[in-house]
Amino acid sequence: MSAIASSVNIPAVRARAPLSERLAPAAFLLPAVLVVLFVSIFPLILSLFLSLSRLRFEAGGLKVQFVALDNYRKLLFGSEQKVLFGTVASPSLVGWIVLAVVVLLTSAAVYRAIRDARSVRVIAGRAIAAVVLIGLTYLVAASLLSPEGRPGTLVVTMLYVAVGITVQYLLGLVLALLCAQQLPGRRFFRVVFLLPMMITPVGVGYLFRMLADTNKGPLEPLWVALGMQDFAWSNNAWGARIAVMIGDVWQWTPFMFIVLLAAIEAQEIEPIEAAIVDGASSWDIFRHITLPAILPVSTTLILIRMIEAFKIIDLPNILTNGGPGTATETMTLYAYRIWRALDIGGSAAIAYLLLFLVTFFAMLYVRVLRSHVSATA
Amino acid sequence: MNLKKLTTLMALGAVVLAACAAPPAAAPAQPAQPTQPAEPAKKFAGITVNAITFSGPQIAEPMQRRGKEFSEMTGATINVVTVPFADLYQKILNDFATGTNSFDVIVFAPQWMVDYIEPGYLEDLTDRVKADPDIQWDDIGLFFRDFSATYNGRIYTIPLDGDFQMVYYRTDIAKELGLQPPKTWDDYIAFAKAVSEKQLTTDDGKPVYGSCIAKKKAAQSYWMITSIASAFIQSQGTGQGAFFDLETFKPLYNNEAFARALEIYKETTQYGPPDEINLDVGDTRGLWTAGQCALTIDWGDIGTLAIEEGSKVKDKTGAVILPGSKQVLDRKTGKLTDCTPELCPHAIDGVNHAPFAAFGGWSGAINKASKPEVKDAAFAYLSYMNQPAQSNVDVTIGKTGFNPYRVSQFKNLDNWIKAGMSEQAAKDYLGAIEASLNSPNMVLDLRIPQNQYYQGIVLDGAIAKFLAGEQDIAATMKEIEDGWEQKTEELGRDKQLAAYKATLGVQK
Repeated sequence: MSAIASSVNIPAVRARAPLSERLAPAAFLLPAVLVVLFVSIFPLILSLFLSLSRLRFEAGGLKVQFVALDNYRKLLFGSEQKVLFGTVASPSLVGWIVLAVVVLLTSAAVYRAIRDARSVRVIAGRAIAAVVLIGLTYLVAASLLSPEGRPGTLVVTMLYVAVGITVQYLLGLVLALLCAQQLPGRRFFRVVFLLPMMITPVGVGYLFRMLADTNKGPLEPLWVALGMQDFAWSNNAWGARIAVMIGDVWQWTPFMFIVLLAAIEAQEIEPIEAAIVDGASSWDIFRHITLPAILPVSTTLILIRMIEAFKIIDLPNILTNGGPGTATETMTLYAYRIWRALDIGGSAAIAYLLLFLVTFFAMLYVRVLRSHVSATA
Repeated sequence: MNLKKLTTLMALGAVVLAACAAPPAAAPAQPAQPTQPAEPAKKFAGITVNAITFSGPQIAEPMQRRGKEFSEMTGATINVVTVPFADLYQKILNDFATGTNSFDVIVFAPQWMVDYIEPGYLEDLTDRVKADPDIQWDDIGLFFRDFSATYNGRIYTIPLDGDFQMVYYRTDIAKELGLQPPKTWDDYIAFAKAVSEKQLTTDDGKPVYGSCIAKKKAAQSYWMITSIASAFIQSQGTGQGAFFDLETFKPLYNNEAFARALEIYKETTQYGPPDEINLDVGDTRGLWTAGQCALTIDWGDIGTLAIEEGSKVKDKTGAVILPGSKQVLDRKTGKLTDCTPELCPHAIDGVNHAPFAAFGGWSGAINKASKPEVKDAAFAYLSYMNQPAQSNVDVTIGKTGFNPYRVSQFKNLDNWIKAGMSEQAAKDYLGAIEASLNSPNMVLDLRIPQNQYYQGIVLDGAIAKFLAGEQDIAATMKEIEDGWEQKTEELGRDKQLAAYKATLGVQK
């Protein structure tokens, strides 16, 4: 009887709830939802529309012409293809080896998914990721790792991300491990190591431009002493790229350093003390205790820096304007360059391609990491 | 707290606040103070004019200096905002198009004016100019009045500068090596090569380069290649045009003539500073005044910078009209052909010169959306800078970036000699500009819708890749042709052709 009563009563109670109470949760959430829509979703949709349009300033205002995928066609298959993809030629031996390794690894991942009878969604996801990854690797092999090839903005961007993050992480880790030791002056160096991060990237660009000037810069005597007064790093594609990468590493290593230092210092001391008592070496302690302890922080750190690094623009813009030729031009700089000439649709299309690229690598990174952690567990 | 209490408290608070804010009810009477005689109200007191130009320091410097003088005279406040050259076009357009209207005065490249006038962003200045006798409009060179200031018969800008590219050479080095000023581009190469092989050094031991040309990407370098190519492409007079075919609007930058220009352009790099492809005009000018260059291509700025304090090339700087060519493009065959009287009617001693009015000269315009009183002050400010009393001085100062554009500035040598030029140097310098200005085969800069994309993106990008060795001549020319054609298709071929033809009707 009571069960029946309650089953009857519940809707009755609900029906009696005042309208204001029922609407209250939605009313409280609405401002936040609107803010998110306004600052995040709406610009995303608008820029997608822009990437499918051509804009022109005419008498009476702005004329927006819908051109469907024409801006993407121009980038991927049209007159801008060479800027984006560079010059593709037959890869060198190293290029073929790299490509073969990636093909093997991705094929193995797809095969494992099929063998383990994973869901169709997982298999399809892995297959798509494999195709995209093989395609990108081929592009790297046929442009960057080819004697006749030349990398376009897409590969140059990926190069900056890969080299920059690897070097920044390793350097940051070494510096953090050093500063975590009880060494004299470590407090001083903690501050010193942080300084580059405080400088605006444009300032870093000008700083490195002056330092690398072999004729007029403050290091001119050094370059002359080294017999490099007639060398112009800006004339050489790799010289210019390396200059950009050094500037980027110099600026962002402190970010890695400070977060890793915090993670190292926050790890529990008991396992380390126990390991010392058991006679473990410093390397063993680092390998089996410290590294696993800072792994969650490291993965997040790399993910954040990776997303940020894909958007690099300041340094190549100030140092070389993307030159010589297109040697140091990134996708963001490329988008900015054509935006300055009012090709807003084309610029938005590049921005969307970059968004796809960043999302792909971020998802891939997270998936690989998750499967690795699951396997370890 | 109930409603009654809350109401009482709020009323009490309001009374307290009102008491604090109110002025004393009855201030004691003060004895009358003797007052200073009031200054006559200045014409534009309290008005602020916001201006934008590029972060020179050229152009911005005279705008700020003259702005201060103008403020003292009229009471108006002149704020000059500067942005990098590559950002200027879009920054102005974005400001206008979004209705932000942060800028009342824009000082910009007149070749961009079509993109600002067509949407209706610029104030028509025709009546104001006619009503202003101090501006002495007829004293401004006809070309600058027409190309830099007028669009569809209406005046939209006030010229502040006159721009032509010329070749400068070191007179002392020419004398020492027994070289003549270059008449053709082959002469230019021979001159540069001779200096380079001689391995000359400055007094402080720095190398003297055979040729210094600003070739930096995404800067002000893309005019240089047109300065070289024009002599090979245009020979039948200004109306022929040097960028597009007048029938089909097909680009003229994919043929033997432009290929030859690219060869010359690349060869000059061999005799230049090691980092030449990363040098902007500011850098090459610095090298010139430091005595490290024997040749350069530049606007009129070099002539006045050479006489500035600290310059090592005072009275050593000669100027000539842009070199020409004995071979030109035969547009019927698309081949590079020897000059004949029919093919090169304006040739001098068999050499076809095609001086390039690159850029056209910095000019000032007024935002149509500004308030009427601000527009009045803005026009008065531009007029003040343009008037002979100011401009005749400013064009003789190197750091202003202003070059002569008034007839009186060419006729009267006194200002130049007073500024530090020798009479011969002044005659050389002004003579080279006049020869360019009076040439019946002068090449007009591109002034069609979105010319910034054609030149600043497509041409500049392709040339940068060519200089960096990323692509050969054929690929470079194809890239320019494809890029220009694509933009033409987007904007409409007929419309672009009509705009191009209208520009070529400009009077000189």
